[in-house]
Amino acid sequence: MRAVENALGITIPDNARIIRNLITGIQYVQDHVIHFYHLHALDWVDIVSALKADPKKTSELAQSISDWHNSSEAYFKGVKEKLKTFVESGQIGPFTNGYWGHKAYKLPPEANLIAVAHYLEALDWQRDVIKIQALLGAKNPHAQTYLVGGMAVPVDPNSENALNAGSIAFMSGLAKKALEFVEKVYIPDLLAVASFYKEWAKYGAGVGNYLAYGVFEQDTKSNTDNLYFPRGIILNKDLSKVYPVDHKKITEYVTHSWYEYPDGDDKARHPWDGVTNYKYTGPKPPYKFLDTDKKYSWLKAPRYDDKPMEVGPLARMLVAYASGHKRVQEVVNFVLKKLNVGPEVLFSTLGRTAARGVETLVTAEMLPVWLNELAANMKKGDYRIHNSERWDPSTWPREAQGYGFHEAPRGALGHWVKIKDGKIENYQCVVPSTWNGSPRDAKGQRGPYEAALIGTPVADPEKPIEILRTIHSFDPCMACAVHVTDAEGREVVRIKIV
Amino acid sequence: MGRGAFHDDSGGETVYETLRNRGLTRRDFLTFCTMMAATLALPASFAPRIAEALEKKKKPTVVWLEFQDCAGNTEALLRASAPTVKELVLDILNVEYHETIMAAAGHQAEKSLEDVVKNLKGQYITIVEGSIPLKDGGVYCCVGGRAAIDIVKEVCSGALATIAVGTCAAYGGIPAAAPNPTGAVGVSDAIPGLKVVNLPGCPVNVENITATIVHFLTFGSLPSLDKLGRPLFAYGKRIHDNCERRAHFDAGQFVRQWGDEGHRQGWCLYEMGCKGPETFKNCPRIKYNEGTSWPVGAGHGCIGCAEPAFWDKMAPFYRRLPQPPGFGVEKTADKVGAGLAAVTGAAIVAHGIGRVIAGGKKEKTEE
Repeated sequence: MRAVENALGITIPDNARIIRNLITGIQYVQDHVIHFYHLHALDWVDIVSALKADPKKTSELAQSISDWHNSSEAYFKGVKEKLKTFVESGQIGPFTNGYWGHKAYKLPPEANLIAVAHYLEALDWQRDVIKIQALLGAKNPHAQTYLVGGMAVPVDPNSENALNAGSIAFMSGLAKKALEFVEKVYIPDLLAVASFYKEWAKYGAGVGNYLAYGVFEQDTKSNTDNLYFPRGIILNKDLSKVYPVDHKKITEYVTHSWYEYPDGDDKARHPWDGVTNYKYTGPKPPYKFLDTDKKYSWLKAPRYDDKPMEVGPLARMLVAYASGHKRVQEVVNFVLKKLNVGPEVLFSTLGRTAARGVETLVTAEMLPVWLNELAANMKKGDYRIHNSERWDPSTWPREAQGYGFHEAPRGALGHWVKIKDGKIENYQCVVPSTWNGSPRDAKGQRGPYEAALIGTPVADPEKPIEILRTIHSFDPCMACAVHVTDAEGREVVRIKIV
Repeated sequence: MGRGAFHDDSGGETVYETLRNRGLTRRDFLTFCTMMAATLALPASFAPRIAEALEKKKKPTVVWLEFQDCAGNTEALLRASAPTVKELVLDILNVEYHETIMAAAGHQAEKSLEDVVKNLKGQYITIVEGSIPLKDGGVYCCVGGRAAIDIVKEVCSGALATIAVGTCAAYGGIPAAAPNPTGAVGVSDAIPGLKVVNLPGCPVNVENITATIVHFLTFGSLPSLDKLGRPLFAYGKRIHDNCERRAHFDAGQFVRQWGDEGHRQGWCLYEMGCKGPETFKNCPRIKYNEGTSWPVGAGHGCIGCAEPAFWDKMAPFYRRLPQPPGFGVEKTADKVGAGLAAVTGAAIVAHGIGRVIAGGKKEKTEE
């Protein structure tokens, strides 16, 4: 959509910009909290250990880290009893065959019980706060009100069929609820869990290069660089310099991917000239291994200026931090001080998980700001949501090309389009998980997941929870397989990470 | 339909017992049963029957398989409100395998699936999300080195029931769009002859998943399906039939441009490409996210996401349907509008003529 707007030179109305910021903003907040509690926490939290917790001590611990209202002894006693009934039923559903009791779990039973309680609370909370997106996007998931040129959700304070004062009030209430949970539950839990796992600041760094397209437009220019979270690149973990992003330096290799390029698989191509000709050369299923010396992935290998890049909340927060973003600096420094560590720990599994929390807080704080901007436009009678000048394809030039930048919760997302005679001639997406999950390139350079696992200690090769911690810290959008092999290359265990 | 899991007298906890033990009051429970009756389009008098069924049955085991998918239906499941995902995943169902939400990984995860298939043959429910590629031996989607088609065949053949959630699992969806490079199909086409409940939608409205499961638990059978395998309670009527903007269609009041007066006043989106007249689904009634909104309600037309081959058949999304079926002689909005105007005009004219005639008569009488 942004790629087409860029190709056709369309400027969107201010209300469309604000609505898009709100949809993206609440998605970050909800998605990051789900990631923390429901997709990542069980790598750090042993739910079975929570059964040993003393509700009184749990209450004391909870009250020492936050003034969240659900913190009484009776509350935790209730959660513990429910958990006990659940575990004793023998039908533990999604918790079946977890690594419970693994010695890499470090939290005391009371901290585990707090996490279990908040795992459950977050399930209810997320369902509610995401209604901001449901209202602006028609539904969640899969918002359906995006249009080339603006948004399809009308604004009119004098209509019951458009966004009006009631909608602003509804969303403001949810935004408040969103921020409160992040401030009083997510951030204190994150800090508490992190304080028991500080050694994870030593592992999982990855490639050390970070790319952020930036997000949350502050004006309506196509691909504007006036962004609340700035655009930029950090190389070799050096926070003293932020490099500008030039989309022309983005290319993709297929050397180790199941595709073929017309002029050879060792030569990278820019997405405007991107080719997606699939050619599977892997083993016939069922198979046990993929040979990483050959082609072994359906992902292409995106590179910036021929370098692998990490994308996601850590990249965005590092670029913001190094660019002098005041609020991000404040929150990052607060987290570092609480954990009594320096900024070098950011380049790690722990840093990646902490950066997601920092971003959630700073984004949640912006929701009321954007709601106020929308209300201010309504007040001055600006109801425009769509620029229809180029809606009819007959108004388009015969040929056009464009690109659009976005930051999905899990990282930098770019689309490139070539239009000819009113039709798409080529469309290429370079998505966050291809950056992070990238296979090797023609030079043999590893992508972020692969690089991040180097040097990770694994206590029990049959239950490699340490690998899950690092891979999950990236918030992968797919399943991937990591094989743990011994020194002779025999497979010890194979884990599929989802 | 086997009796297996839901009529087990071995003394395990019933769904209601579990809910009660987890702090749900009797009142909450009955409210839930009433909502389920409503979603299933059953009279309220059925609520006690649902309650009775849930009070007697053990938690059914569910395995949720993901193939060529975006996890959008999993995300939808997380938004379930009646019952909530918390109740659904922890209390009502025993979801032993679900790639996105389960704690286990690798061998341990695959073991969960193997154990269910081996130990609960004919007693578990399989839910499938995502399409299944058949081309080139299924190499385009492998999980743990196994082709999706091999997994789905093994797991579904031993299941008590199979539910395909979302348009991809039902009909192939976006992966199956032309030129369908991977030979993607839905579950019914992947395993011909298998009885599958199709719950298409992008994503499916989660109440339709919960209602299907509750129907199954309550009546011990699958809901009545149409010829495309869709439950009649959710897919029996067109979007257009129950649309909140229908009155504007009938009145010939159409949105002509995004953000125009008609758009702000909630007029009909037919001219902007709405596919509601060709799409069967209960969106207008149950909406999304606990009734917060739905595409037409928000101001964007329906894109027909619940229909087979929707990506090829419904595109371009913003071109109005040339000939929506089922409108009798009036084939397009213009004609409907014009037709209405003509009828109204004719009525006025007729009325006028009547008056003239009447007047004439009167005059005549006066003469």
